[in-house]
Amino acid sequence: MNVPTEYVLALSAILFVLGVIGVLIRRNALVVFMSVELMLNSANLAFIAFARAYQSLGGQVFVFFTITVAAAEVAVGLALIVAIFRSKHSIDVDQMSSLKG
Amino acid sequence: MTSTYAAGGGLFGLAPLIIIFPLLGLLTNLLLGRRMGERFVGVVACLAVVASFGVAVSQLVALLAQPEGARVVVADWIAIGSLSVPWAIQVDTLSVTMMLMVSGVSTLIHIYATGYMHEDVRFQGDPGRYTRFFVYFNLFVAAMMVLITGDSFLTLFVGWEGVGLCSYLLIGFWYEKGAGGIGNAVAGKKAFVTNRIGDFGFLVAMFLIYTTFGSLQFEEVFLRAEEMGPAGAGALTAITLLLLVGATGKSAQIPLYVWLPDAMAGPTPVSALIHAATMVTAGIYMIARNHVLFELAPATANIAALVGAATALWAASIAVGQYDIKKVLAYSTISQLGFMVAAVGLGAYVAGMFHLVTHAFFKALLFLSAGSVIQGVERGHHHAAGHAPPSSGRAEQAFDPNDMRHMGGLRSRMPVTFAVYCIGALALAGIPPLAGFFSKDEILAEAARLDPVVYILLTSAAFLTAFYMGRQIWMVFFGQPRSGAAAHAQESPIVMTAPLAGLAVLATLGGALNLPQVHSLSRWLGHTLGEVEIGEFRWQVAALSTGLGLLAIGLSWVLYGRRPLAQGADDPLRRILGPLFAGMERKWGVDEAYNFLFVQRYVDLSRLLGDVVEGRFWHDWFHDRVLGRAYRDGTRWLSDGFDLPVIDGAANGLASLTRAAAGRLRTLQTGYVRTYALFLLLGVVAVLGYLLFR
Amino acid sequence: MTPDLLLFFSLGAIAVATAVGMLASRNAVYSTLLLVLNFVTVAVMYLALNAAFIAMVQVTVYAGAIMVLFMFVVMLLGGEQLPPTSRMRWQIPLAGVLGLLLAAEALYAIFSLRASPVDRPEVAVDFGSPATVGLYLYQNYLVPVEIASILLLVAMLGAIVLTRVERRQAR
Repeated sequence: MNVPTEYVLALSAILFVLGVIGVLIRRNALVVFMSVELMLNSANLAFIAFARAYQSLGGQVFVFFTITVAAAEVAVGLALIVAIFRSKHSIDVDQMSSLKG
Repeated sequence: MTSTYAAGGGLFGLAPLIIIFPLLGLLTNLLLGRRMGERFVGVVACLAVVASFGVAVSQLVALLAQPEGARVVVADWIAIGSLSVPWAIQVDTLSVTMMLMVSGVSTLIHIYATGYMHEDVRFQGDPGRYTRFFVYFNLFVAAMMVLITGDSFLTLFVGWEGVGLCSYLLIGFWYEKGAGGIGNAVAGKKAFVTNRIGDFGFLVAMFLIYTTFGSLQFEEVFLRAEEMGPAGAGALTAITLLLLVGATGKSAQIPLYVWLPDAMAGPTPVSALIHAATMVTAGIYMIARNHVLFELAPATANIAALVGAATALWAASIAVGQYDIKKVLAYSTISQLGFMVAAVGLGAYVAGMFHLVTHAFFKALLFLSAGSVIQGVERGHHHAAGHAPPSSGRAEQAFDPNDMRHMGGLRSRMPVTFAVYCIGALALAGIPPLAGFFSKDEILAEAARLDPVVYILLTSAAFLTAFYMGRQIWMVFFGQPRSGAAAHAQESPIVMTAPLAGLAVLATLGGALNLPQVHSLSRWLGHTLGEVEIGEFRWQVAALSTGLGLLAIGLSWVLYGRRPLAQGADDPLRRILGPLFAGMERKWGVDEAYNFLFVQRYVDLSRLLGDVVEGRFWHDWFHDRVLGRAYRDGTRWLSDGFDLPVIDGAANGLASLTRAAAGRLRTLQTGYVRTYALFLLLGVVAVLGYLLFR
Repeated sequence: MTPDLLLFFSLGAIAVATAVGMLASRNAVYSTLLLVLNFVTVAVMYLALNAAFIAMVQVTVYAGAIMVLFMFVVMLLGGEQLPPTSRMRWQIPLAGVLGLLLAAEALYAIFSLRASPVDRPEVAVDFGSPATVGLYLYQNYLVPVEIASILLLVAMLGAIVLTRVERRQAR
């Protein structure tokens, strides 16, 4: 695909911002988590774009590792959410306010 | 110029003893008197004065060889910068005359006093006070000697103050007696305060003398005054006027005479010695001593003469209306002192000194005789009351032994007293050949020559003098006794009558001191006073004065002698003179005027200062309200207005500010993840923006 | 409009739309599904960008494994409906504003700075092929690969431990 790299990066930025907004707006912990994945994904897109632009496979390798780490992270994160649900009986982020000062 | 220790030889060296003997006497009595008893005290006191008389005689002998006199330096006293006042004794004819008179009369009065006080302390009820009396008496003689022998103004002033002190102590000797329980003390205070005014004049005169002449010693001052001549006229007038003020205080002239009648509250020997013979003559002596200054200031001398003459007539008029036997004599003393002051004012210093000496003789005689009369009447009173023991109760005060209206017919009951009293009275009236005639006549002769106004005043005073003495004799000794006390009066013991006799002799023969052609005293005093004019004998003056005196005595006989006063009857003069007599009786209201003009105003002033200025203004307003309130308000402001709000406020405010800030900031910790994320995003946006657009 | 650009814009639109849909959906299951679609779309884009291997990995791991895991948990926890937010309503507009700001800044950064040295570079045909990537990976990044495998192991253990302790205490 012969598109200017800037366009791809722009798309990456938009997706990232959407992910951020999702983290801020949604109260469902799972949806928040998903928004985080979206953010990671947008970063991956940027990397691929740059890999093609600079003809360097290092970008793609990085994405590989990012996906790996994302997988591990999701596993642990979801385990955490399940554990929290077991005690709080809710996945509402707003309910988890023990740090309230 | 006198020389020290010259031809008179060692005798002059004895001069200080004239002061030391009385001091020894008083110290002995002070330390041992109580223990040794009355007789010891009396003997010691009299011996001390006799010894003084002996010293005076020795000085006389020394002077006969060296009439110019001598100056005996005793010790250094003051030597500060240019002011040098040693303690020295001036032995010259003037001071020796005074020495002889004072010590001689004092001896007789001391002897009399031993008897008089023996009875008086028992009448008043405090025998223990006998010693104190003679301590004071000797102290007085010592102070008087200091006054007479001083060779500088300062030394004279020391004696001046000393006799004033003794006068105060002795007037108020019975301080708890008298009107209202304090009358005697009040009289003493009056004497002291009035004398103080005179003393103030004397002090200022001394200051002026020092600043004008640079010295306080008589000889130096006189020398420089003569050298200065007319240039120092203003200063000299001021100085002599102030000295005259001092003299009017001490010698009881107008306007400061008011203390002397009240001083009669003291025991009679005191009145005789201090207030007749010696202390009151100090003023005249002082003027005579300063004759050089007064000769250079004729204006003051004229004033002195007029003051003396006016006082003589004024006091004589008051004496006519008095009922208290001692008061009559007191006013008579004031009047005779007026004669002396007039004499020295006119420049007749010898005449003044002559009258001073003779007056001492017959006035002391009169006072002591009056004391004898008073005690005789008191004895009669107790005898009549059935030998009741004397007490200091109120019953005694209701009966006044001094009141002539309660006397009468004492001629037969107290013959010796009567005889000497007559001698004294005639001497005072100026009937020849008694002493008073010669001395008073010399004054009148000088006055006739020099100042007619003075002469008329003095002659009128002489007329009244003879009149009131006659009145007194008729009232006291003739007629019928007007009270039980007089009816039972008893003669005084010999210890009292002997000195009376001695004084009577002196009063009779005293004229020999300065007989008209011989003028021994004039020549004697001339060695000190310089050229003395010896006026010729003017028989017109003598005849006029003698005639007036006899006329006055005759008039008094008509009023009081022919038809003697009956018991309870009033004075016949009241009908004749009416309001004039009332004025005489009330002393022309001078005391009341002084009280209104000065005393009450002073009391008002002191009350004003005390209550208003000191109390209300200074204390209440200034201290309490201004200072106190300012301080309290200040501290209250500091504590409430400053410390609490500002300092505590700062400290507390800091804490509450922190807490408020913490409270507000705590709201940031919502506990919500989303909020934290929001802030994260905010930070990211900000940093990114900064990095992109800086 | 070249065909490449058209392709790009289409794929981009779908990606954005699904992302928005994921955000907006009230139903968590719908959100998951939309996200899966998003990932697939991005995988296609990878493919178009000469990253074939990565595209496959994306589909297999990301969309296939991770999202399935998500789906499992969503189903497990039943988080379909949540009561509407009553607190912090103000966060939504503020988040929107900040997001727009961030987007603006990012776009400004992208378009004002030269992103690539040359526009439209020429790439080899087998640029992103598995063989090429594999070779590159194991030649240059062997250690990170091994570490990544250990990481995965730890994650597994962690997941088991986290959920296990919970069970014991519940009893």
